[in-house]
Amino acid sequence: MAAGRSRIPGAKHPVERFTLDNGLRVVLTPDRSAPVIGVAVVYDVGIRSEPEGRTGFAHLFEHLMFQGSESLEKLAHFRHVQGAGGTFNGSTHLDYTDYWETLPSNALERALFLEADRMRGPRLTEENLRNQVDVVKEEIRVNVLNRPYGGFPWLRLPPVLFDTFPNAHDGYGSFEDLESATIADATDFFDRYYACGNAVLAVGGDLDVAETIALIERHFGDVPARPAPARPSFAEPDLTGERRESYVDALAPLPAVAAAWRVPDPIEDFAGYLPYVVLAEVLTDGDASRLVERLVLRDRAVTSVGGYLGLMGSPFDVRDPTALVLQAHLPPGGDVDKVLRTVDEEIDRLATDGVAAEELARTQARMATHLLRETDAVLGRTLQMAVLEQQRADPGLLGELPRLVGEVTAEQVRAAAATLRPQRRAAVEVVPGGGAR
Amino acid sequence: MSVRTLPPLGPNRALRLPPVAERTLDNGLTVIAIRRPSVPLVELRLWLPFGRAHLARGLMLSQTLLSGTAEMTSVQLAAELQKVGGGLSAGLDADRLLVSGTGLVTGLDRILELLAEVLTGATYPRDEVATERARLIDGIRMAQSQPTHLVRKALLKRMYGRHPYAVQTPEPEQVEAVRPAALRALHADRVRPTGAILLLVGDVQPDRALDAAERALSGWTGDGTPGALPPTPPLEPGPLLLVDRPGSVQSSLRLALPAVPRTHPDHAALQLANLVFGGYFSSRWVENIREDKGYTYGPHSAIEHSVAGSALIVSAEVATEVTGPAMLETLYELGRLASLPPKEDELEQARQYALGTLQLGVSTQSGLAAVAIAYAGVGLRLEFLAEHAARLAKVTRDEVAAAAATYLAPARAVSVVLGDAGRVEAPLAVLGPVRTEAAGS
Repeated sequence: MAAGRSRIPGAKHPVERFTLDNGLRVVLTPDRSAPVIGVAVVYDVGIRSEPEGRTGFAHLFEHLMFQGSESLEKLAHFRHVQGAGGTFNGSTHLDYTDYWETLPSNALERALFLEADRMRGPRLTEENLRNQVDVVKEEIRVNVLNRPYGGFPWLRLPPVLFDTFPNAHDGYGSFEDLESATIADATDFFDRYYACGNAVLAVGGDLDVAETIALIERHFGDVPARPAPARPSFAEPDLTGERRESYVDALAPLPAVAAAWRVPDPIEDFAGYLPYVVLAEVLTDGDASRLVERLVLRDRAVTSVGGYLGLMGSPFDVRDPTALVLQAHLPPGGDVDKVLRTVDEEIDRLATDGVAAEELARTQARMATHLLRETDAVLGRTLQMAVLEQQRADPGLLGELPRLVGEVTAEQVRAAAATLRPQRRAAVEVVPGGGAR
Repeated sequence: MSVRTLPPLGPNRALRLPPVAERTLDNGLTVIAIRRPSVPLVELRLWLPFGRAHLARGLMLSQTLLSGTAEMTSVQLAAELQKVGGGLSAGLDADRLLVSGTGLVTGLDRILELLAEVLTGATYPRDEVATERARLIDGIRMAQSQPTHLVRKALLKRMYGRHPYAVQTPEPEQVEAVRPAALRALHADRVRPTGAILLLVGDVQPDRALDAAERALSGWTGDGTPGALPPTPPLEPGPLLLVDRPGSVQSSLRLALPAVPRTHPDHAALQLANLVFGGYFSSRWVENIREDKGYTYGPHSAIEHSVAGSALIVSAEVATEVTGPAMLETLYELGRLASLPPKEDELEQARQYALGTLQLGVSTQSGLAAVAIAYAGVGLRLEFLAEHAARLAKVTRDEVAAAAATYLAPARAVSVVLGDAGRVEAPLAVLGPVRTEAAGS
């Protein structure tokens, strides 16, 4: 153990994996320390797979999966989960869509029933489709159109960083595309992507493994076998020159900027990817990080700066192509060019002088805390394991992450920093349009 | 298509409270330690009563408490905390200053040492204060461009009048005037162990965690000024306040209704009445305005407990063109529950939700810490959770109907809407008197 280095503990969550005859992959992670369970179903389809002319469809379809299914009327799903003392939700990501509930453990069989029922088929009706188009439009208004910095940077960076429709388009969708969605589109989408061979079921928490396997067989065993569709490559070549765009946000009172650089394939080159995850924290985690110390505390050039992997902010649930993202908010009259030049300077310094052993060790210790905290909730653990099974066939990786992050070397971080050149950078600037006053 | 039958629920597992230890130190600090060893971390919360503190100075103090001591700069403090996987931050509301942190449990002693250093020796260095002052002012400007902030500001003013809760964000000019000397004076006056509560939750042995806290913090001494707040005034219904936000594509609807503290005999019944009305997804109001009419995405209704009083707040962001109809449905659903008792199955569903989410809420270290510190701040302990569960289990339909008639009556509501007055004033005026004012006034 190197001097000054905290011992980094792992998490000890047991994992059981198996596949049903119909192709549904299952992960169990028992933990009897509290009388609660998490149930997650993850389908291998996300924003990148939606067809041209149907922006926002993956998310709209996620809403439709809550509108009743083979044996359940509209509203029944919500009432059955909440009437058992649980909560539910779903969310749409670049590469997957998840559905979950977390409940007292006496509702385990009920949750399995509900997920199996909609895996066999949602009730797709014109009335429910129109209702949910309205709801999604309100969601976009509240999160994007009616507030300053709406969609910044997750909807604003992709069209600068990428060229192809799957990677570059607006994942929330245009109102025009949402309004033209049809039941036939929804039926096709379900048939193509919501096959049980394209899904992972994960169950975590207060459960008996043998009993749970029997319940899963009972409820999911007769879901018709349908194979996963072939997943296309979404690969794009790296940038060959700097890209820079700006837009006026009429509601924003102050300038902001976000910058992104492509990083190695998170699945095929995990060892090459991990140093970038650490690098983002060396740059931006807390007052003792490089960019906070320089830009916020010393130069007062920004009021806040953040850095992370993945355009939606989570590093271990995304496939290639993806990016390291930095974003900063500036004071009135702040100079975005100067901020980007300072970022380049600090990255250069890292690439030239490297990161000190003490600096790396403390960053890794803090990352271990964050990783462990995320896995403390049964549901968080269950969801992450479902995605790791789907994308890597390795749900146990979750427990290994604190250790693996801790094994990244100073030389790897230095080498990662050396690739963040201005000519590989895509940046987008928010020009304030005045704000409310 | 064959219809399958929903499987029944298994037997309930009773709520089990985790091991807890508590000690009041000689300096007046109460320390509570709770064991939940699920991950090798510890959650730390320090509640310092801060009622009646000068708002701009209090907020600046929360932003600069960790900006340096005689021994360490803010960067050194952050680095020392990071070494043990730790971090600390401070936040202020109208009741308290709360210092929060998480770290590897092996670093607990070091985190407590650094916390003690800050509590006994924060220096509020001039340059750091200047930096944080500018950041805070920018933060307030950003908040003032957010509709949710603007409507909250208008609602608090309307609800609380001259009570200290009426204004919870300072104006930029007030922050501009805060100097380090004022922060040092406020620290000397209010950052004191008497009446403060330290909570540690995680992979700890509770008694040993108390010992660690005592070792680290017994040198922190002094009596503070008690900041007791007067009780909140009763809500005064009146014309709907419409705050103009020209060009807004949505309207922010807010209704404030009376509520009671957690320990009041009506509380459990009111909680269930609120759930039936709009307090969760499977409620009358959400099923109506979202799942039937599509007016909104995330409407919610919740009882907000503060030290000096409680209130029930109904919130929805709705499309501008349906502002009138959305308000109509809101008043209708409130009035319906205030006038007619809920159905038995509606009540059972709400009851199960209330009991189940109680269990979910304390199943993580951070969830347990959030519940325990909120309780401790008003003099309650974790046992209250079990008592409250027992009350929820026993509430009758008549009690819920009575609570709804008392607290959910739309006639008692204070109503505020933020939106494009040119487009929503007339549709709202159909439902009752409206008074319009400009945003931020």
